[in-house]
Amino acid sequence: MLDLIWLLPTFPLLGFLVLVLTAGKLPKPIVALIGAGSVGASFLLAALIAFQFANGGEDHYVREVWTWMAVGDFRSGFSFYLDGLSMVMMLIITGIGFLIHLYATGYMADDPGYSRFFSYMNLFVAAMLMLVLGDNLVLLYLGWEGVGLCSYLLIGFWYTNPENGYAARKAFVVTRVGDTSMAIGLFLLFAQLGTLNIQDMLSAAETEWAVGSGFAIAASLLLLGGAVGKSAQLPLQTWLPDAMAGPTPISALIHAATMVTAGVYLIARTHVLFELAPDVQMLVAWIGLITLLMAGFTALTQSDIKRVLAYSTVSQIGYMFLGLGVGAWSAAIFHLMTHAFFKALLFLASGTVILSLHHEQDIFKMGNLRKKLPVSFLSFLIGSLALTAFPFTSGYFSKDEILLGALALEGVGTWLWLGGVLGAFFTGIYTFRLFFLVFFGESRGHEPDKEVGGWHMNGPLYLLMVGALLAGFLHLPLEAVFNHGEAFEEHHVSALVHGFMIASPLIGIGVSYLFYMSGSLSVAGLMGNPLSRLLHRFWHSGWGMDWLYDRLFVFPFLWLARINRADLIDRCYGVLVELSRAGNELLVRTQTGYLRWYALSVVGGLVLIVSLGVLL
Amino acid sequence: MESIPYEHGLILASILFSLGLIGVLTRRNIVFVLMSLEIMLNASGLAFIVAAARWGHAEGQIMFLMILTLAAAEVAVGLGLIIQMYRRFQTVDINVLSEMKG
Amino acid sequence: MILVALIAILFVGGLLAWASERINPALPKYLALLTILLDLLLMTQLLQAEPDGAWLALIDVEWLPRFGIGFFLAADGLSTLLLLLTGFLGLMAIGSAWEEIKERSGFFYFNLLWTLAGVLGVFTALDLFLFFFFWEVMLIPMYFIIAIWGHENKNYAAMKFFIFTQVTGMLMLISILVLAYFHYVQFGAFSFDYRDLLNVSTSGRLEFWVMLGFFIGFTTKLPSVPFHSWLPDAHSQAPTAGSVILAGVLLKTGAYGLIRFAVPLFPEASLAFAPVAMALAAFSILYCAKVAFAQTDIKRLIAYTSVSHMGFVTLGVYAWNEQALQGAVMTMLAHGLSAAALFMLAGGLQYRIHTRNMPDMGGFWPRVPRMATVAVFFSIAALGMPGLGNFIGEFLALLGAFKANIPFTVLATCGVIFAAVYSLWVIQKVFHGEFRNEGFEESSLADLNRREMVYFAAMMIGLVWMGMYPQSFLDLSAGSLNNLLAGTQELLALAQE
Repeated sequence: MLDLIWLLPTFPLLGFLVLVLTAGKLPKPIVALIGAGSVGASFLLAALIAFQFANGGEDHYVREVWTWMAVGDFRSGFSFYLDGLSMVMMLIITGIGFLIHLYATGYMADDPGYSRFFSYMNLFVAAMLMLVLGDNLVLLYLGWEGVGLCSYLLIGFWYTNPENGYAARKAFVVTRVGDTSMAIGLFLLFAQLGTLNIQDMLSAAETEWAVGSGFAIAASLLLLGGAVGKSAQLPLQTWLPDAMAGPTPISALIHAATMVTAGVYLIARTHVLFELAPDVQMLVAWIGLITLLMAGFTALTQSDIKRVLAYSTVSQIGYMFLGLGVGAWSAAIFHLMTHAFFKALLFLASGTVILSLHHEQDIFKMGNLRKKLPVSFLSFLIGSLALTAFPFTSGYFSKDEILLGALALEGVGTWLWLGGVLGAFFTGIYTFRLFFLVFFGESRGHEPDKEVGGWHMNGPLYLLMVGALLAGFLHLPLEAVFNHGEAFEEHHVSALVHGFMIASPLIGIGVSYLFYMSGSLSVAGLMGNPLSRLLHRFWHSGWGMDWLYDRLFVFPFLWLARINRADLIDRCYGVLVELSRAGNELLVRTQTGYLRWYALSVVGGLVLIVSLGVLL
Repeated sequence: MESIPYEHGLILASILFSLGLIGVLTRRNIVFVLMSLEIMLNASGLAFIVAAARWGHAEGQIMFLMILTLAAAEVAVGLGLIIQMYRRFQTVDINVLSEMKG
Repeated sequence: MILVALIAILFVGGLLAWASERINPALPKYLALLTILLDLLLMTQLLQAEPDGAWLALIDVEWLPRFGIGFFLAADGLSTLLLLLTGFLGLMAIGSAWEEIKERSGFFYFNLLWTLAGVLGVFTALDLFLFFFFWEVMLIPMYFIIAIWGHENKNYAAMKFFIFTQVTGMLMLISILVLAYFHYVQFGAFSFDYRDLLNVSTSGRLEFWVMLGFFIGFTTKLPSVPFHSWLPDAHSQAPTAGSVILAGVLLKTGAYGLIRFAVPLFPEASLAFAPVAMALAAFSILYCAKVAFAQTDIKRLIAYTSVSHMGFVTLGVYAWNEQALQGAVMTMLAHGLSAAALFMLAGGLQYRIHTRNMPDMGGFWPRVPRMATVAVFFSIAALGMPGLGNFIGEFLALLGAFKANIPFTVLATCGVIFAAVYSLWVIQKVFHGEFRNEGFEESSLADLNRREMVYFAAMMIGLVWMGMYPQSFLDLSAGSLNNLLAGTQELLALAQE
């Protein structure tokens, strides 16, 4: 069974090929069957493989399908590497991916680009599986770029609106900045260690590089560049909120559950490098912390239901980075998994809400929907509880582990922990702000006729609800992957600390209740003074990062492009042309056509020569 | 026989040559231009003869004979061209023939 | 013999095509097709040939023995790959000209086939005199193709193309002659034979200038900044088939020249010059990517991206190690296909709607879904998507170059960001957004027909093959590249003693 691992990405890839080659001529049920079925088949196979692998007792399993390229001492194969980490990822991708595909068969039912949509989705799943199963960094890079491409295609899926196109290009280009950094990292690793096979490379790094050596710092920094791009962390986080222009199942699959966590996967996969560069690892933690706080503030001010969720995704990935940074590798991956469940749930539920309201996304135009949209209400309730780490939901366990991991760190750990707890407090506020505004209070505008649904939309929601509630009780088989000195062991922390961690999101929910349910506190009152209005605008714009980047990079580039449209260098040759033309005109002047003039010039020349001869 | 000093001969030749040149440069009537050219040719011929007499060589005389024949040929061709020109342009003004200007 | 046959078939086929126009104006294209197919068939023979030393095929007869000039053609793995590329793209060019060229078709196919013959000669000639002869042969028919069948500004473009390549070709000729003279000084006889010239000791100041003559000759063809400015004009004015041959094949002769001649003949001077060349390459990549983004003429835009991509070739060649060279060769092959396909798409658009101006277009996707899909495919190939040929080339080139020079490689790598910017911009402008048709009828916008689908499919398969299983190409060129590497290392070692 294990040697069939190559079939995992092949199923969705075949689905993609069939859908592309038939170019939308297939009837919708068949498209749905191929689109969702191929991912479903992958999931079944993945489950079987995982079962066999878990019972096999092996640490890892490698299968090379063919040699991709071998040039001199460089070699890279199409080979798959299965261990606990890639197994978890592969199950998340195929499992949640399948649920989202299933949901999308209903969600996209009226879209003319039905077949195109599923072809991209299938390609995405194939690329994502390549990313997590590749045993060398080049194959990982293939998946890495492939998911970026699918993300681009799917964000710009409704291409008639230029804004969607802009968002899609922004996503691709911003992540490509990170990808470029990662590519340079690959070159550096190969130049120094002579291999790009992940396991060989890591063991070579361990033996050849000392802790804190320059190469280790450079390499891990460059890989971190790739990770922050893909995972929408500071300073490359600006693309993710705009990426919500795509259809909602895309936001669930790519921009919440799977692709954006690729950066977390990359760092976890190459964690040995980061352990060799403790400063960089600390940087990862700080990036995570700052991002999670910044995104939390921004989420507070958004009015678009999907943008709130997008910022919360950025924030939650910030937690994962925090976990990675403090060395709580398994906790970060654990959070990755629980987050995949509850964030997919939230996005899909928001999809149902949006569709039921005929593509209304403004939460201030919703309200009192809990009776009209019962399934979405339940989904949102469970998803929001898990997101805010309500005790004994899945998010609680994973976030807890990360925060405890931070606390276990000597020195700055306490600060990181405190920041994380503060973030949890904000998570409570913005999540339930959304929840209360959408499902309680007065109806503000839209009255849905009925909730869209059907088994293929509601089924995935119920399954994800179960996951969001119970995934925290799962145990991930990651010990073998992170066996070298995981920082986080069983720490005994005081009840007070635990109390803090449980209380902070609850207080956040309470604050949210006071503002948006009971009305004891009012936003309008807060907005009364100009400073808070300014702050609101600042946070609403995502801390002005877009503004800043526009001025730092986009405008100068556009300016340079505009002034040099005609190619300066070509103009230089133009000068050459003008010079010779001017020379021509000058000489042409002498050809007057008058015989006398010619005779005179002959005489003049003679006189000149003779007098020169006489004088010299 | 007391010979004329060759300097005198050369001075005469150069005066004639200059006159011819001035004629070529200033006249607009092409017939006069041709005549001025003849004067220049003969001036150079005179210079050859004077030089030949001075050094007692025959080459000067030979050159003069050649110039003479050359001048004859030139006049023949030149006059032919002038007639053609007159036929076509109805004028003998040399400035009319400036079509070759750049 | 097979090499002579390859070239002769094209020469004869060209003449026949020209002559056949009097019988029937539709005849030349069939004759041209037949000629190319025959050539391709012969080339497959080359793949099965038993190698004779380093060469798969070789012919060496005396021509002008007094000056050491011989008729010396030879093909190794590297040449064979490029011959195959030439044949394949020749086929594509005929396909793209099939409906577009209606006037004087006989003379057109004559020029096309003769250009290809010149290119085949360039890829196989190993006598430098003969090499220069073929270099000129491929130039003049190309001039006619642009000047006769080009678009609105064709004379300017054709003249610019001609002057650039001719002037720098002269520089190269001077260098060739000086090199032959060096041989005379050192060995007492003139020789233009590549094998002899490799032994000429070339170190010193003068040799540097001689090397520069080659470098300028080849980088003008490649092209690289600052000798690139003929390319956008030539491409935007040339008919589609002309662009295909220009971008797909003619540019590669420059790259081939660098690999085969410029570096191996002058290892020391090249080693000293490498940082400058790599800086030029990195600058070329970034600068032309930026200029490309600003263009509104779709063919000009693609032309600038070509210059940008060729920068990776220069970078790879001057890094001069196995990965980098293989990367350069793969980039040549993959870019040959992707750029040719993009020009064919642009040409197809122009044939339909008679404009190349992107602001007049928009939202074509639902009208021409097949064309849009194909365009997206080749755009993402051009921006270096892994799994397609261009990625393999650029990745290997950069991987190798990183060992040789870190700062310029890092700069060059940043070029892929800009590649994403302009590629996606084209897709956005032409295929996404609201439908726009300024200055043309909506009905004139027809989707790709069967003939077009066939050749685009062929090129797509080619790119996926290169991207997924590049080993079949890498293995073919590995032998010759390693020979070149070993040769220069030997010379460098000798020089150091």
